[in-house]
Amino acid sequence: MERPVTLHVDGTVRKVSVDTRTTLLDGLRERLAVTAPKKGCDHGQCGACTVLLDGRRVLACLILAVTCDRSEVTTADGLGDSGSPHPVQRALLEHDGLQCGYCTPGQACSAVGMLDEAKAGWPSAVSGDLRQNVELTEEEIRERMSGNLCRCGAYPNIVAALREAIR
Amino acid sequence: MIPFEYRRAEDTDSAVTAVAADPRAVFLAGGTNLVDHLKLGITAPDELVDVTDLPLDAIEDTPEGGLRIGATVRNSDLAASPPVRERYRALSLALLSGASGQLRNRATTGGNLLQRTRCPYFQEITTPCNKRSPGTGCSALHGHNKNHAVLGASDSCVATHPSDMAVAMAALDGTVHVRSDRGERTIPVTELHRLPGEQPHRDTVLERGELITAVDLPPLPTGTYTAYRKVRERASYAFALVSVAAVLRVDNGVIDDVRLAFGGLAHKPWRAETVEERLRGATPAESTFREAAEAELSAARALADNAFKIPLARNTLGAVLRDLTTEAAR
Repeated sequence: MERPVTLHVDGTVRKVSVDTRTTLLDGLRERLAVTAPKKGCDHGQCGACTVLLDGRRVLACLILAVTCDRSEVTTADGLGDSGSPHPVQRALLEHDGLQCGYCTPGQACSAVGMLDEAKAGWPSAVSGDLRQNVELTEEEIRERMSGNLCRCGAYPNIVAALREAIR
Repeated sequence: MIPFEYRRAEDTDSAVTAVAADPRAVFLAGGTNLVDHLKLGITAPDELVDVTDLPLDAIEDTPEGGLRIGATVRNSDLAASPPVRERYRALSLALLSGASGQLRNRATTGGNLLQRTRCPYFQEITTPCNKRSPGTGCSALHGHNKNHAVLGASDSCVATHPSDMAVAMAALDGTVHVRSDRGERTIPVTELHRLPGEQPHRDTVLERGELITAVDLPPLPTGTYTAYRKVRERASYAFALVSVAAVLRVDNGVIDDVRLAFGGLAHKPWRAETVEERLRGATPAESTFREAAEAELSAARALADNAFKIPLARNTLGAVLRDLTTEAAR
């Protein structure tokens, strides 16, 4: 059952007709050739497909594309470009926060979303006093990034990169 | 996935009418659980009625000083909202301990209450499961059952309810507002979910076509402290082995209000009524906490792999009560 969907992907308007069963992740990768978001577990457990949907980090594998009509999608490709990468991307490179690189686009999008959440004053499970605004300590970063798994175990460098990106 | 129609509901009436008219239609909210189930083949609706655009996304004070939480409020927004952080700390902590930042940005209040079990036999459609396929048997009863229920289970089903948010709402005496084409009704959160009995395929007391529209939390008297503690196998992003939500008030050295709920132990958020009865009017003391917990858990029945949950629940409850009574005494 095909339905027309208009998406604003990384600053470009894309119109596509999708089967109602198509996830945002498959719509991006298979129909629009936007391959920055990666298909890892495809069940919301690994974070490799993380994109920013209308500015918020979400898992593209658990969202149906048909529900995203007229939405703005930012993938790791749209965070910056090779000439001027996003500060998070630059920090990941400088700190070697990527090994095989498969989880990296999801980590980058998740980190950008996470930094906005922290800037808005959102607490996390490790924030203690929920009434105070939080400082993004290493413990806070680890908790807030826990939805992104890295099988290479690059976590120490990812945390170091994000600590720098905050500064 | 079998093909399905998709409809974006424009108002609440048309949403409930659409689902009432088609016995194979279901509501779609954040989709974090439903879309996964569509992929796994656990459910096969012929129509999804998307309710995320409905005007049910407000968090508002109620006239009596409590809070009304709309059904489509996202878990992340609810956890971060000032009234929840300031007045219902346990709820904020429960939400923040659930899933990941990405999932909390999509998951909704109504959807989270209706989140289905993470029992691996329920999720794997090639295995018998009375919850997924009634009458086929329970694979977990004599299978891998480390994460399963020790309270209120039956031989038909030993699955646990996975939501952290619901456990906090059960301790906070929340009330669920429900709408269908037959009208509206309210259900206490503690009575929304069912024990499995002979009908484990029915998670809740909701009838077909009923849509959750809001949850009300009553006000908490000044001097009330709340907490949520979750015990799991890794530091984050995992379901609870055991969790405890607690609401407590101490007056003149005596506990005058206490409400407690366990997560991870049963087919529903488990209100620890025996503990509450024993603690109400009592002086806070380690031995009293322990005896009350043991009285509650004397009804627990362990499976082959999950006997550890019983002392874990007792100890977690003791730790939460110790923390809250210390905080109240300050």
